[in-house]
Amino acid sequence: MKSLASWFHRRGWRDLIIGIPYLWLIVFFLIPFLIVVAMSLATRTPTAPPFGYGGANPILNFEGYARLFTETLYIRAFITSLMNAAVATVICLIIGYPMALGLTRVSKSWRNILLMLVILPFWTSFLLRVYAWMGMMGRNSWFNGLLTDIWNLLTPQSYALTSIPMMNSNFAVVLVMVYCYLPFMILPLYANLERLDPVLDEAAMDLGSRPFQVFRDVTLPQSIPGIIAGAMLVFIPAAGELVIPALVGNPSSPMIGRIISDEFAQVRDWPMASTVAVALLILMVGPTMLYSRYQQKAEGRAEERP
Amino acid sequence: MTRRPVFLITVMCFGFAFFYIPILSMIIYSFNESRLVTVWGGFSTKWYVSLFSNRQVGAALWLSLQIALISASVATVLGAMAGITLARFRKFRGRTAFSGMVTAPLIMPEVITGISLLIFFTLLANWIGWPGQRGFTTITLAHITFSMVFVTTVVHSRMIQMDRSIEEAAMDLGSRPWQVLKDVTLPVISPALLSGWLLAFTISLDDVVITTFVMGPGSTTLPLLIWSKVKLGVTPDINALATLIVVIVGICVAIAGWLMSRAERRRLAEERLAYRANG
Repeated sequence: MKSLASWFHRRGWRDLIIGIPYLWLIVFFLIPFLIVVAMSLATRTPTAPPFGYGGANPILNFEGYARLFTETLYIRAFITSLMNAAVATVICLIIGYPMALGLTRVSKSWRNILLMLVILPFWTSFLLRVYAWMGMMGRNSWFNGLLTDIWNLLTPQSYALTSIPMMNSNFAVVLVMVYCYLPFMILPLYANLERLDPVLDEAAMDLGSRPFQVFRDVTLPQSIPGIIAGAMLVFIPAAGELVIPALVGNPSSPMIGRIISDEFAQVRDWPMASTVAVALLILMVGPTMLYSRYQQKAEGRAEERP
Repeated sequence: MTRRPVFLITVMCFGFAFFYIPILSMIIYSFNESRLVTVWGGFSTKWYVSLFSNRQVGAALWLSLQIALISASVATVLGAMAGITLARFRKFRGRTAFSGMVTAPLIMPEVITGISLLIFFTLLANWIGWPGQRGFTTITLAHITFSMVFVTTVVHSRMIQMDRSIEEAAMDLGSRPWQVLKDVTLPVISPALLSGWLLAFTISLDDVVITTFVMGPGSTTLPLLIWSKVKLGVTPDINALATLIVVIVGICVAIAGWLMSRAERRRLAEERLAYRANG
């Protein structure tokens, strides 16, 4: 018993602290993930569980990956996902940037309240935020009615509508994505902009720059790490989104998350579902690398400071 | 800067309107008499009554709270260990792999996490007969796994900012590394542990996608119940439920904010006092 205690004091505590989370992540993250990768190279069989290796096909079956590039279902789903995510990211940036910049300009007490208001929707349910827009966009809702009235006022009689068909469209998907992910854009941008030195702005002003020029030449270049961080935090979850398109999206142009879950649960083609999943991850690798490179740079800079 | 940033303030007004108008609209329509959620039929609280008499909602909430409580607590322990590992143990075999495994779940699309865990549990059940039935256990294990990495991030960033000289002082005074960790490091990072726990708790309470994959018969959590109703369209009792959630969360966040600002003020006041006493 005593030797156990001394082992623990010498190095055991360290090994335990490293070992326990390490083991947990290997069992519940790494192994399941490797199984998916292996599954993507298996062959679908009518057994339970519905996959196997070998048989009529060679041991590793790359047919799934070939199907990704030949079947329009998958190509269209990838294009729809990337487009929706990209448009949502750009809109989040256009709205989020001035909001983050505005947050750095208001007084300290206002700033805390407004920051809390940005974060508050986060702590409520994601599902209910999507649901709130289902109520807003429906055919008979006051919001739809308001937009319809504005539309009818602005356009000639022949274009008059009784309601605007917003639900079940890519427009609705992008709108709700912007709504749900806007805080992810604002917060890293705010963290970045808040650290900038206002002296630089004032110097540029004193040297005769107009406010817009100051923004373009001084503020914007310094905030690129914040822009990249925010854009990644919006783009990555948006591209793999499952809930939003299921509730407000167009069922006839599914996004990639839906394809994965349908292949898995409805078609029961586990290998193909895994193939699509691996392909989605490969697409995510590029943006993630970009993001982590900028993060490391930012961290390195933070450590350099006294 | 003398000029008021009119443009920025305008965008902020629009932004906050965008954030809160849908929520306000949802709250207002939860008091609607009419079954048609989009037509105002007068004020009524009948949807709240029907909500409170709904056994399903109560059972689902209870299940969700249990899962969130257990998974947040385990995730905080595991996540803190991982955060300490990343911040303090610079060199050990497999460090790169470890930091990769801690970051990867953060950016993994939820569908893929869900599917990989479901395949894993299914194969495991085939090979060793466990888990016999998916439900409470599998949901909790899944929630622990994807929320612990959030705790790790919070703890890690707190430990990087922490003043290491107190740890070194304790070492110089003869504490063993383990005692330093227990008596010095853990108390210092306790706010990070608390916010990590809260984050893990909310993530667990809110999760739909991963839970739909690893759930089993009879394990309907509150988000899954809402999900199954919402898929069919807008219903007034969901509006009532949403209103309750928003109100409860709003009160909690406001209280937390008030407590935090009070603690901050007190700390500043104490620092000033100490300063004066010494100077």
